[in-house]
Amino acid sequence: MDCVRIGGGAGFAGDRFEPAEALARDGELDDLVLECLAERTIALGQQRRLADPTAGYDPRLVARFERLLPLCAARGVRVITNMGAANPLAAGRVTADLAGRLGLGLTVAVVTGDDVLDRIDPSAPALETGRPLAAHGELVSANAYLGAEQIMPALETGAHVVLTGRVADPSLFTAPLAQRLGWDLRDASAMAAGTVAGHLLECAGQLTGGYFADPGRKDVPGLAELGFPYADVTADGDVEVSKLPGTGGLVSRATVREQLLYEVTDPTAYLTPDVTLDLREVTVAETGPDRVAVRGAVGRARPEKFKVSVGYRAGWRAEAGISYAGPGARARAELAGEVVLRRLAGTRVRADVLGAEGSPECRLRIAASAADRAAAEVVCHEVEALYTNGPAGGGGVRTAVTEVIGIVSTLIDRDRVEPAVTVIGGHACG
Amino acid sequence: MLHEVAHCRAGDKGDTSILSLFPFDDRHFADLEREVTAERVREHLAGQVRGEVVRYVLPKLCALQFRCRQALDGGVTTSLALDTHGKGLSSRLLAMEIELSG
Repeated sequence: MDCVRIGGGAGFAGDRFEPAEALARDGELDDLVLECLAERTIALGQQRRLADPTAGYDPRLVARFERLLPLCAARGVRVITNMGAANPLAAGRVTADLAGRLGLGLTVAVVTGDDVLDRIDPSAPALETGRPLAAHGELVSANAYLGAEQIMPALETGAHVVLTGRVADPSLFTAPLAQRLGWDLRDASAMAAGTVAGHLLECAGQLTGGYFADPGRKDVPGLAELGFPYADVTADGDVEVSKLPGTGGLVSRATVREQLLYEVTDPTAYLTPDVTLDLREVTVAETGPDRVAVRGAVGRARPEKFKVSVGYRAGWRAEAGISYAGPGARARAELAGEVVLRRLAGTRVRADVLGAEGSPECRLRIAASAADRAAAEVVCHEVEALYTNGPAGGGGVRTAVTEVIGIVSTLIDRDRVEPAVTVIGGHACG
Repeated sequence: MLHEVAHCRAGDKGDTSILSLFPFDDRHFADLEREVTAERVREHLAGQVRGEVVRYVLPKLCALQFRCRQALDGGVTTSLALDTHGKGLSSRLLAMEIELSG
């Protein structure tokens, strides 16, 4: 194949369904990628899996696939997604069952091996803090960011749907590109081009004008009907990104440049399991309406080790608010904050008053960290007590107590990770 | 104000905020490079950014990138801030006053 068209159908677990349906229906795609796994999402998935061994995958997987898979099956679009989260095998079984119910003869391939909780050294220092991993709190998850090399065997089964747990986001794109375009995974130039395409598409609507609009300075047409992006990638590594005609949003030099550098901590050496990417020579040029060419990405050898995202129990968070209105609203909200901070002296707590000076309505917001649920509830009770013990006219108290899963990183040798592929259901296509 | 001549996007990784800055008109790139230094960004965002600020200059992209450490109250999961991702930092940066030449 000389050119592959690949779509970005989700930028996070909570993303809209309609733009991906439009891409699947009208995009003439080869592959549709759904990136649904943020840094901490997998740790939350591990918590759900501990409570129920059949859970831990993306909670909206069935709802999303119910609408997307019929379209993808009809158009021959392959789907690649990390919606497996903390339980890719359960996600695979649920997907195969769903496909059966929908009367679709789909094969599902599942990539496992990212879960390395029993293989990491709890005494190793966290990359962020230098303190031992276990010193942060009880470890609940450790997932290695797998790359294209670990996804490739699943693609080679001929599956229609490929489900993974933790993989590097751009690798969801580099793997199918390499497979269709015949790229050698050790060809750093090819992987650099594929990684640029993947990095641009992985946040879906953020490339097409989402997270961009600023009325009067950066106007975006049709923001409520934002279209999602696709890329045309050639075997030579030319990348052009665009979106479907008639959908909202825009693809311009400005939207593409913002996304190109998004979350890149070092533009001279952006690390993924597939490549060390250097963006200094990249050029971005508009080649047509809502169409932009991105060229010049330089690749160097991939990192020796995998990055591992480690989740730990970080205590509990209390969050509570109360509103004040009318003359002196802000002064009363500030006084209420002082009362709470004084009564909670010694706690990690902060008070914010929302609403500008002179605003007719202000809200005090209290947030605190606590070692356990009971201590978090004490914080909420202090805000609630303002009803009868605080400044005049306080109302509308809302409180929330949630367990906090913290995230730190470490590294693991590639040979300590054992990826595997499981094929579920139907018959593989050739 | 920077908001009149430039646009910005904030990203986050752990306790680090990444701010990319682009002129609307490429001719203002030299002004941005001269005026928006790492020191000035750290000063402008003091109170929120507590760690080191490193600036990357990317002339081919006409972009400046700032890597700001200790900017997110420990990071998105453990932060007590309202905006746990620090998304608002991009707009706060655009409130910086700069001098344009010519």
